[in-house]
Amino acid sequence: MTDTTRVIPDRLQSPLQRRVKSWESLLLAVAVAIFIVNSFMSPYFLNAWNLSDMTFNFTEKAMIAFAMALLIIAGEIDLSVASIIALASTAMGAAVQVGVGTPGLVLIGLGVGLLCGAFNGVLVTRLGLPSIVVTIGTMSLFRGISYIVLGDQAYRGYPADFAFFGQGYVFWVISFELVLFAVLALIYFVLLHKTNFGRAVYAIGNNPVGAEFSGIRVARVKFILFLLTGLMSGVAAICLTSRLASTRPSIAVGWELEIVTMVVLGGVSILGGAGSIPGVVIAAFVMGLVTFGLGLLNVPGIVMSIVIGALLIGVIALPRLWDKWRAHAAKG
Amino acid sequence: MKRRTFTSLVAGMSLAASMMGTSAMAQDNMRIALVVKALGIGFFEAAAEGAEEAAAELGNVEIIYTGPTDTTAEGQIEVINSLIAQGVDAIAISANDPDAVAPALQRAMQRGITVISWDSGVAEEGRMMHLNPSSTELIGNTILRLAADHMPDGGDVAFLSASATATNQNAWIAAAEEALPNFPGINIVATVYGDDLSDKSYREAQGLMASYPDLQAIIAPTTVGILAACQAVSDAGRIGEINVTGLGLPSEMAGCVESGATRSFAIWNPIDLGYSAAMIAHALASGEATAEPGAEIPMGRMGSVTLDDATTAAMSDPFTYDASNVADFADIF
Repeated sequence: MTDTTRVIPDRLQSPLQRRVKSWESLLLAVAVAIFIVNSFMSPYFLNAWNLSDMTFNFTEKAMIAFAMALLIIAGEIDLSVASIIALASTAMGAAVQVGVGTPGLVLIGLGVGLLCGAFNGVLVTRLGLPSIVVTIGTMSLFRGISYIVLGDQAYRGYPADFAFFGQGYVFWVISFELVLFAVLALIYFVLLHKTNFGRAVYAIGNNPVGAEFSGIRVARVKFILFLLTGLMSGVAAICLTSRLASTRPSIAVGWELEIVTMVVLGGVSILGGAGSIPGVVIAAFVMGLVTFGLGLLNVPGIVMSIVIGALLIGVIALPRLWDKWRAHAAKG
Repeated sequence: MKRRTFTSLVAGMSLAASMMGTSAMAQDNMRIALVVKALGIGFFEAAAEGAEEAAAELGNVEIIYTGPTDTTAEGQIEVINSLIAQGVDAIAISANDPDAVAPALQRAMQRGITVISWDSGVAEEGRMMHLNPSSTELIGNTILRLAADHMPDGGDVAFLSASATATNQNAWIAAAEEALPNFPGINIVATVYGDDLSDKSYREAQGLMASYPDLQAIIAPTTVGILAACQAVSDAGRIGEINVTGLGLPSEMAGCVESGATRSFAIWNPIDLGYSAAMIAHALASGEATAEPGAEIPMGRMGSVTLDDATTAAMSDPFTYDASNVADFADIF
């Protein structure tokens, strides 16, 4: 019995095994667990209308998170997204005052988003400035303009049909925002995981110099990513403004960090080069389920922030600890 | 094992589902949500205390004291959504933004929830009524009375206001001037503006003392002004000659009252405000009263309010603080 033939596997894990052990499965398990806990903790949780209301807590943020995920995978970041919402919303509000109708408002919202994204993109790719510095600057700049225009005033009087984007339902409890969220998730999934552009994004995140030498136009890809992030901020601005039916310069304040949290919780490496859209989708649901579930129990907001923080650290740290423990156990 | 977890899960879910249908009816307690601008603010904690007092008095009422972590409209909307989901009976809100929360509150009303605003109002379409802590007339009258109370023989008083363009202060001072005939012997000699800056207010108070040697009271309807004037009077060694009064915060004014520079001052009482909001929410949700122009709504020990054409109402005179009670409230706000 001295047969020493050994099979060298061409993969360390079977595809199924890999999928089961993936980040997305872990997150999905967390999401399901939270869902089950919620349904036991609160008698109000399992109700179609309530679950539909819950989705409003994250759909707008998640739309931006998709574009942000691509940007972070490519090794850049945009912290000005919430301020772009404020500026786009202010522009739409100003347009309402001179009688622009709903189609015009949508174009203005998207246009301002694109312009802001282009501004960030030019500063980062043409001048070669670090994106974190540029977007911290434009974060103050964009919102500052809103404050100058509006001060402590508000724009209101949005047309009645404009309310559809943030308050309308496509079918029964399925809101327009939820449908848009799903469609955008699909588009970004295809873009990141099924196209050359998506492969280029990963390549840039892993090794920008290497990517440049392999014929990828790094600056152009990054510029497009900033444009997309600006555009998504414009889309979110339309939805949020419609939902609030008014604009104040403090709109969406603090959202940039919640969006980055969503992206990181979704398994996107903050250092770039790794991550997936399904991860971000599940992370959006996890955050929505947690905040809504705790809200139903009337847990104070400050405790909610602590839970989200603990969740983020826990979900990221536990797999690492597990690996360390296994390595240790294997050795000892 | 696996099957048992599954069946218990299904049982739990169907139990939850069956509870949902009946919860609203089976519940004895009326649930009133007191939604504030942000948690952890002394003023609102005191209001919640007042609401609990109302609940204890009414019996069968549960107060849900809640609000976002920071003062954003988006945070309040998330709170409102979760309250709609819980099917509370009433929401009484102090809004971070009068317009942005209105669509969410409209949805709450569509689902049969009584919605009122208090302290900081909501646009008319987003609530059934709004409870102001006080009214311009009541405030104008009160600040003049506070000065007159300690001037039995009449005399000269002066106003130290915020900026010349401050809408609230201008309205209050105008109301005080209108109430002047009720206080014979009192003369208003000047109105000066400290712009709500401590140092400028201090200099303006010094100027008043120099220009009007017979001045007996400085009325500052601003929390910055009253404190600066009190300091100026103390520093000039004229405590006892000049009484500083107006609108101030107990926590800031405790020292002035102790030194005697201020005999009494006023501000709305958050406990009364929370109490009244809960009482009104209960009256409307139980159908005892309807929110329509001209309606009279009872609010327990605070009497009752009558709604005006915009369905707003003023709770009462601002609450007066003096040596007897300022220390108790100084810890609250």
